[in-house]
Amino acid sequence: MSVPADSGSVLAERTTWRRPALIRNPRLRWAIYGGSLLYLVLAFASINISWSRVYEGLDRGVRFVKGFLVPDFLSRWGDIAQGMEESLTMTVTATVVGILISVPIGIGGARNIAPMPIYLTCRAIIALSRSFQEIIIAILFVAMFGFGPFAGFLTLSFATIGFLAKLLAEDIEDIDEAQAEAIRATGAGWWQVVAYGIQPQVMPRLIGLSLYRLDINFRESSVIGIVGAGGIGATLNTAMDRYEYDSAAAILILIIVIVMFAEYGSSIIRQRIQ
Amino acid sequence: MLRLENLTKTYRTGDRALTGVSFTVEPGQVVGLIGPSGAGKSTLIRCINRLVEPSSGQVTLGDTELTGLGRGALRRARRRIGMIFQEYALVERLTVMENVLSGRLGYVGFWRSFFRKFPPDAVSKAYGLLDRVGLSAHVDKRADALSGGQRQRVGIARALAQDPDLLLVDEPTASLDPKTSRQIMRLIVEICDERGLPAIINIHDVALAQSFVRRIIGLKAGEVVFDGAPNELDDEVLTRIYGEEDWSATIRAVDDDTEDPVEEPAPHDETHGPAEVLDRERMAGLS
Repeated sequence: MSVPADSGSVLAERTTWRRPALIRNPRLRWAIYGGSLLYLVLAFASINISWSRVYEGLDRGVRFVKGFLVPDFLSRWGDIAQGMEESLTMTVTATVVGILISVPIGIGGARNIAPMPIYLTCRAIIALSRSFQEIIIAILFVAMFGFGPFAGFLTLSFATIGFLAKLLAEDIEDIDEAQAEAIRATGAGWWQVVAYGIQPQVMPRLIGLSLYRLDINFRESSVIGIVGAGGIGATLNTAMDRYEYDSAAAILILIIVIVMFAEYGSSIIRQRIQ
Repeated sequence: MLRLENLTKTYRTGDRALTGVSFTVEPGQVVGLIGPSGAGKSTLIRCINRLVEPSSGQVTLGDTELTGLGRGALRRARRRIGMIFQEYALVERLTVMENVLSGRLGYVGFWRSFFRKFPPDAVSKAYGLLDRVGLSAHVDKRADALSGGQRQRVGIARALAQDPDLLLVDEPTASLDPKTSRQIMRLIVEICDERGLPAIINIHDVALAQSFVRRIIGLKAGEVVFDGAPNELDDEVLTRIYGEEDWSATIRAVDDDTEDPVEEPAPHDETHGPAEVLDRERMAGLS
């Protein structure tokens, strides 16, 4: 209504407009662009590729691909079945235990509801769990508890905590505060605020993340088997070591089928909750 | 009776939201709190149940000094203070019934509330309240399936489920259309009259406040600059609260109720003043 007329008259004569650049100072801007490009070129130049080695490896690659064309499920079926069973057991138990532990840690790691000391403790646990890749933890647990699925179970449980607790904590920090405030205003206790004001808001995401983690844990279970933590990974490793690419191919196909099945199943469940 | 004495709130950022606010709300009195955005209306009502911690001053409800209470005692005191929110603040994914029953949380232990095993009298009270606000048909619907007006009715039922001695109402109509706004205001005022319940209603629609409440407090920059009857709101007062503007279209003669020609003047008009617009049939027909 009351826009000053004089500023408008000067601006009105302009006919071009450009979006302000992200980095205002043009010199700094071009220095950053140029520097990044230079680094990229040097980085690529520093990779030394031995083409003769690549050529030698091609042969083995071809045998591998050929093995895939004729996957052999039968000759090692006993080992495969046992590995699968171990992997699935490991996956399900580790996911359940991981969820049970990550829910309290996730609640404690949410800044908007947890007191400072609890928040810091929970965030430290999350950071610890997230800072190590599954394989490193698996090597540690295999060294501590010996070869086999128990080390795998511990590894996956531990990794689940970092993943789930962090995402749950962040989801709790993102809730609509008004709903929690309304519950608090009724005279509800802290746990009641969590159960009524927060849980309904984060539940769909918690379920979705748990299913996703089940997926990840199954895939990881086949990887950590390679370092001795049991499951289908161990069977796969053995098959590779024996150059039985046809059996290895059968195992990989089974893993792919199970992962796709889990993916499909969890997407259906996630759609139904919202 | 609610008494505020010298209530002051300074936020950690240094913003002074309230400065020496003092007033008393008598039993059964419905007070409209008006003022520009940022005047401290929301802060004021949140300082009463200490969702916002006041910096200094006293709040006394009945003979309890709320400002001096420890955590447990504060929770028990909050049970007696019902609160109704802007944007309803319902728990969207819970059913209407769960939202109403959440008003009883202060009276029920954690596990009972967790497994939704509320005492029978709480459940029957909740049914009664849903009936009173005209939502009997929507008990098992999820809160996010309702319309704005219906949601605010659930909010009202939740506040009443607490058996409150005081209602704090924060912009109840800010996200509703004009007709629904009037219905909601009418419902709140009517229920307060039925129960002799005092209430403080934050509202920025001056005309709406004028036609439904009997006392208006004007807040500007955290200070009370007006406290009086709705018909005392004139050009000069509104300028004092909001600043210079042409107020001729905002101020309405109090008995000039042309918006609702079907309304008949309530028979006991002289005892309650213009705010009393009992209209049972229309209430019952609302959905």
